[in-house]
Amino acid sequence: MFAYIGRRIAILLVILFGSSFLLYNLAAISGDPLEGLRGSTDPKAKAQIAALVRTLHLNVPPPARYFMWLKGIGGIFTGHFTLGTTRDGNPVSTYLNSAIPTTIRLITMATVVAIIMGIAVGIISALRQYSRFDYAMTFVAFLMYSLPIFWVAVLLKEYLAINFNNFLANGKISPAWIFSAAIISGFFWAALISGDRKKVQIIFAIAAFSTAVFLSLLSVTKWFTHPGLGPLMMFVLGMGFAFAVTYTSTGFNNKAALRSAQAMPILGLIFYFPVEYIFSKHPGATPIALMFLLTIIVAVSTALFFSKIDRGPVIRTSVITSVLVGILFLIDKLMKTWVPYINTDAIHFRPIPTISQSNSLLPAGNFWFTFLDTVTHLVLPTVALTLISFAGYVRYSRGTLLEVLNQDYIRTARAKGLTERTVIMRHAFRNTLIPLTTIIVVDFASIIGGAIITEHVFGWQGMGTLFNTAINNYDLNLLMGVFFVTSSLAVLANLAADLLYSALDPRIRVVGKK
Amino acid sequence: MNFFKRTPKVLPGVADSDIFNKETEGLSQSQIVRGRFIRHRGAMISIFVLLSIIIFVFSALGIKILGFGYGGWWKYNSIEMTPLRSDGCPGGLGGCPTLDLLPGKNFGLGDHPFGQDDIGRDYFALVMRGAQRSLLVMFVIGIVAGLIGTVIGAVSGYFRGWIDAVLMRFNDFIITIPTIIIGSVIGFHFGNKGVLFLAVFLGLFTWSGLARLVRGEFLTLREREFVDAARVAGASNRRIIFKHILPNAVGVIIVSITLIMSGAILLESALSYLGFGVVSPDVSLGLLISQYQDSFTTRPWLFWYPGLFIIVISLCVNFIGDGLRDAFDPRQRRRISRKERSKNHDLTTAAKAGEIN
Repeated sequence: MFAYIGRRIAILLVILFGSSFLLYNLAAISGDPLEGLRGSTDPKAKAQIAALVRTLHLNVPPPARYFMWLKGIGGIFTGHFTLGTTRDGNPVSTYLNSAIPTTIRLITMATVVAIIMGIAVGIISALRQYSRFDYAMTFVAFLMYSLPIFWVAVLLKEYLAINFNNFLANGKISPAWIFSAAIISGFFWAALISGDRKKVQIIFAIAAFSTAVFLSLLSVTKWFTHPGLGPLMMFVLGMGFAFAVTYTSTGFNNKAALRSAQAMPILGLIFYFPVEYIFSKHPGATPIALMFLLTIIVAVSTALFFSKIDRGPVIRTSVITSVLVGILFLIDKLMKTWVPYINTDAIHFRPIPTISQSNSLLPAGNFWFTFLDTVTHLVLPTVALTLISFAGYVRYSRGTLLEVLNQDYIRTARAKGLTERTVIMRHAFRNTLIPLTTIIVVDFASIIGGAIITEHVFGWQGMGTLFNTAINNYDLNLLMGVFFVTSSLAVLANLAADLLYSALDPRIRVVGKK
Repeated sequence: MNFFKRTPKVLPGVADSDIFNKETEGLSQSQIVRGRFIRHRGAMISIFVLLSIIIFVFSALGIKILGFGYGGWWKYNSIEMTPLRSDGCPGGLGGCPTLDLLPGKNFGLGDHPFGQDDIGRDYFALVMRGAQRSLLVMFVIGIVAGLIGTVIGAVSGYFRGWIDAVLMRFNDFIITIPTIIIGSVIGFHFGNKGVLFLAVFLGLFTWSGLARLVRGEFLTLREREFVDAARVAGASNRRIIFKHILPNAVGVIIVSITLIMSGAILLESALSYLGFGVVSPDVSLGLLISQYQDSFTTRPWLFWYPGLFIIVISLCVNFIGDGLRDAFDPRQRRRISRKERSKNHDLTTAAKAGEIN
């Protein structure tokens, strides 16, 4: 195994060497960093040229200069690691250090949301192949696939941010909106659940009616200007999660799983005020992480308490439910922060920003303000990135699941008399996840490349901005620094995908048996 | 209610395989593929829309190659400035679109169907010019990348050994560099040399995925009996590659090229948006969006039309690719409509009734 990884890393190093050599020379011959200065009439220009030539070694031909750059990276073994300096003389690594976390923050949330939603929608449309839902989702996926992200971004800024902020001024939903939302939700649920004509009509009516009532209630109670969940609402939602998770994970016949899942919202109700107290008195990332850990421990022990045999699925069910309930707690706290947050001078009732990554005018030191600020700044880029990458996951998971469903072992599973739920979730879905993992890992690396445009549109100071500056200023070292990070991530992701693949699928061996 | 429940849709007495078998009776491979493609409704609509757009766009402004060509039927071009139309525009800003699709006295294209930009250029002409550019870039990238990818994939898959190793390592180099990075480097420095130059250069760096697929296809096909037969009959390597293996791999190639093309139009617009693609005074759809994104609140038409053209073109190419993939996939089981099945059902019952009598 280690020999295999070692060999793979050696090959990756060769590939990285080749591609960086290619890019370095291509970038070096295609532009002259001194062009601007040569034409200038400034008497100091000559001295500046000389200084640049000296610091950036411009008198050395590009192939040789590449090896000087490489020597700096090779310094990782001797402790003199350097990526060179930018044109203004600062080390490239200082820029990268501040840019990398920004970019990671930008893409993580979007990737997670896109994966979960994409896989869910893809699987449902595969199970309902050739239904109206399937056709609609295929069309939507292709449409999103064809959207230029910068175009979507401008639309989002206008409609999601500016109009939403305007809407928050009074928080009243107009009857036309309620009506159209009700119709859309009716169509959505009817197509999703499907059945014969009468059933579809009933589902449509129920969904449309409940959406209309729900939205009217929110509008009348001014929920949007004073959002919050409260213990009761959280209990109801938590129970909903408990049933949904149990249904997909084990089925209602597994009483132990159902009971331990239902125990989670009940425990949540009991601990609502203690958790609230900790949130207010000890804000910060550490208490949250500790409580998260505690939640998992409680979930596992509840599951152990309720189950006697076959404990794995029960533990899984209760852990997933507990995590969802935990997220409800966070959302509730953020909603409580909402009113004081939008009342601050820095926000002034316009909470969804269209640009930049944080609000510097916000009073510092308030953990929940900063948290909420990060969240609101993430809204638009996350929606934009999710819309784009969602489509790929839908198409891919649909195709894979359809292929898996045609396999012989699925027929065997059905012939054994397993329930359709077990066949789908345990036999088909798990096998779908294997190729999906590869795609996800490789995609994560390519999204970093795609983040260049997103950052540009939303004014984030990440890798994309660095890259932009590098190209516009003919800053070769900065460009290579950005490339070094993205391509290292890309090849590492490839390696991780291969290893994961062999870990998930026992039929694939990375190491030949002797 | 069971969410996972399957609803069997088979009529008694009719196996779907009857219909499939009838479909393949006495048809050549290409006839089957063509038949399947024509039945793919999304792909057929897309082909129709895409061809209409191409004809519309190129006939509106005309096309000139090496001094020959024709001028186009639209009265303005993308350079000349006309006085801003001011009557009847909301908000007092000039240059709003005159396109009116609702029946009435203003029905029709009008003087400036897509409006005018802030200095009075006709926006219809600008969008047409941009769409021409984008389509050109798309096809050139498709052709260049398709050619290179096919040749490199075919050679390395067919010859294997050290040729394969060298070519595939080179392929890996290209894959490691994100397309947007290499595109920006190229675009920034060569964008001013013209759109054709840019497209060819981008094509030189977008073939890597295709090459991998073609190589995989060649690796399996070269072991097949018909290749052995050809080799025994004394066919040369070139003949085997082009006459025997390539026609069998054409499905993979065509599907992959459509994907490259739909990616290419988005790549070009993204590069132009960042300022690294087509540069002013030349026009492309991405560049138009980039130039006018700030005027979305004041002059929204400057933003809508180029975006719609990008989306429609890219959507059409994607659907065509999907239709081709379905048509070329031998395992693809096409949907059998209820009508077809009941028709078949009637036939079989009639036949059975006939037998009994």
